Amino acid sequence: MDGDHAACEGALAAGCRFVAGYPITPSTEVVERFAARIPAVGGVFIQMEDELASSIAIQGAAWAGLKVMTVTSGPGLSLMMEHVGLAAITETPCVFVDVQRGGPSTGLPTLPAQADMMQARWGSHGDYSIIALSPDSPQECFDLMIKAFNLAEEYRVPVFFMMDEVVGHMTERVVIPEASEIEVVERKWTTKKPGEYRPYECEDGSLVPAMVKAGDGYRIHITGLTHDERGYPAMNAVAQDRLVRRIKDKVDRNRARLLDVREDGIETADVVVVSYGITSRIAGAAVEAARARGLRVGHLRLVITWPFPSERVAQIATTAKAFVVPELNMGQMALEVERAVAGRAKVRCVPHAGGTVHDPEVILDAIMEVSR
Amino acid sequence: MNADLAPQSEEFENPVFPYLRQERIPHIWCPGCGIGTTVNCFARALTESGLDLDKVAIVSGIGCTGRVAGYLRLDSFHTTHGRPIPFATGLKLANPDLKVVVYSGDGDLFAIGGNHFVHAARRNMDMTVICVNNSTYGMTGGQVAPTTPIGATQTTMPYGNFENPFNLPHLADACGAVYVARWTVYHVKQLARAMKEALLKPGFTFIEVLAPCPTLYSRRNRLGDGVDQVKYYKEKSTIKNGANTQEVGLSFQGDIVVGKFVDRERPTWLQSMNEHLSKVLGAKYRPWGVRNGED
Repeated sequence: MDGDHAACEGALAAGCRFVAGYPITPSTEVVERFAARIPAVGGVFIQMEDELASSIAIQGAAWAGLKVMTVTSGPGLSLMMEHVGLAAITETPCVFVDVQRGGPSTGLPTLPAQADMMQARWGSHGDYSIIALSPDSPQECFDLMIKAFNLAEEYRVPVFFMMDEVVGHMTERVVIPEASEIEVVERKWTTKKPGEYRPYECEDGSLVPAMVKAGDGYRIHITGLTHDERGYPAMNAVAQDRLVRRIKDKVDRNRARLLDVREDGIETADVVVVSYGITSRIAGAAVEAARARGLRVGHLRLVITWPFPSERVAQIATTAKAFVVPELNMGQMALEVERAVAGRAKVRCVPHAGGTVHDPEVILDAIMEVSR
Repeated sequence: MNADLAPQSEEFENPVFPYLRQERIPHIWCPGCGIGTTVNCFARALTESGLDLDKVAIVSGIGCTGRVAGYLRLDSFHTTHGRPIPFATGLKLANPDLKVVVYSGDGDLFAIGGNHFVHAARRNMDMTVICVNNSTYGMTGGQVAPTTPIGATQTTMPYGNFENPFNLPHLADACGAVYVARWTVYHVKQLARAMKEALLKPGFTFIEVLAPCPTLYSRRNRLGDGVDQVKYYKEKSTIKNGANTQEVGLSFQGDIVVGKFVDRERPTWLQSMNEHLSKVLGAKYRPWGVRNGED
């Protein structure tokens, strides 16, 4: 099964029952499979008129109670940015799948890149936090997609599923476990009655309010304006500070819980390669080659890319002498590594404008260079 | 509402009050604005429709009319500029038991949101779209709209508008809406009745309501206040039910054709999906949102 198809199966397994999408290479296979599968599962697929429509139709469906997703690639993601902001401020659980291709603009429609990483984090205007995951195989497209939906429900944020053309089109064996073995997180519904319930009131020290859905008699008001706990517009600096801090903090303060990295030989490493998504497969080969030459090299693979695991990287910087960061862009997550390392070790980005994956030799050369 | 302004006796209670989030009153609309009149008609239409108000959701975009959702005591969603229709599409499809109403302005629905209107009408998505057409962008200070008549002055057409405006009923008709009507805020009885009909009719139903914007449209065009514009509606309107929508375009302070122009039957998107997939897939298909033979 290829990564696009596995991603669709992961979404179905997670309970996704509404998808709105607009065709765009190389992501279309995800929605094509969903369109074929959903009639027998029970749910809705609709191909909307554009990405703006897709990215807000899912939010309407989320407020009617369903788990939802939209799927796109670079140019489509650019169009969706306004509704990333809407999902952030209204705290609407939803998953944005981005099968990354070369950009800017129409760029390389059929070839890979990882150049949307910063857009996923910062693309909509204003301050907010999101969660992003970066699968490196079809198996992870399945497994991590379930995690993406679970996190969207738990934190009530837009969750980005940052695939790329190679992961999307690569075919490998995918093991789909029994439904009973899959952990699925359901939405946190309020236990309060209409009249007592306030849509943005948090309880028990949580930063994530409980939800209701349209049609249940709560008569909620939800707005993209800055709002108070009742959901009513509140046009002042105090309400703005309170809301913006909370929608950032609910992710940022849970950075430790949201740490998901794969570590290999970090403790004894002089050089640590930091990678994510498809590039981690190439980086793995380069790490092995460097070890074969007697170098002490570790590999830190980011599975959750946002929030960035700054604390862990800072900790590693106290023992490692250098970091090598290969990525299919001109240096995006490398900036985060630099920020976390804060001058305590060398950081060497290995950029690649996309169109294909790195040659492992290039990563190896970078490892050799910083080892000298 | 301020406690001292609230009615002291039930006898004098405005019948619209129960439909409003009174804690959010006073509203932001200017004196003489027509939007409040349309909301009054909408509340009456809701009463007369007999709909379960817990199952009615209202979705607005951005702008003066975009604020309607926030004042109505319904499940209400104030979305992004131009996008209430696709939000409403998701809401309706995910819970077909809901009656979904989109209530927004002419700039929101027909400039930035035009593409969504066209496609929702084509699909016969089951929703009622109410467009308050004040011929301008009120919230941002009176810029030219896709509905501004030729010759009217706006801040971004300081020498008078030379762009051709939309004929909204014709657009809705051509795209496949099953119900199309136009009224003005002078025609409150007819408007409330049209709203009720649209609410109760399955499919994509559309009502254009002409409404004054005294602060930014009338003043800039030396047309007097809100009342003067309502007088204009009264004097220049002709009721022509079933009129050919090609012939109901508007001109600057010219004749207005009002009435119910389109009322026809077409299967909704959801009806079509259920019918088609049941036929093609047979027992494998799990129908969506089907109960009591309706969608």
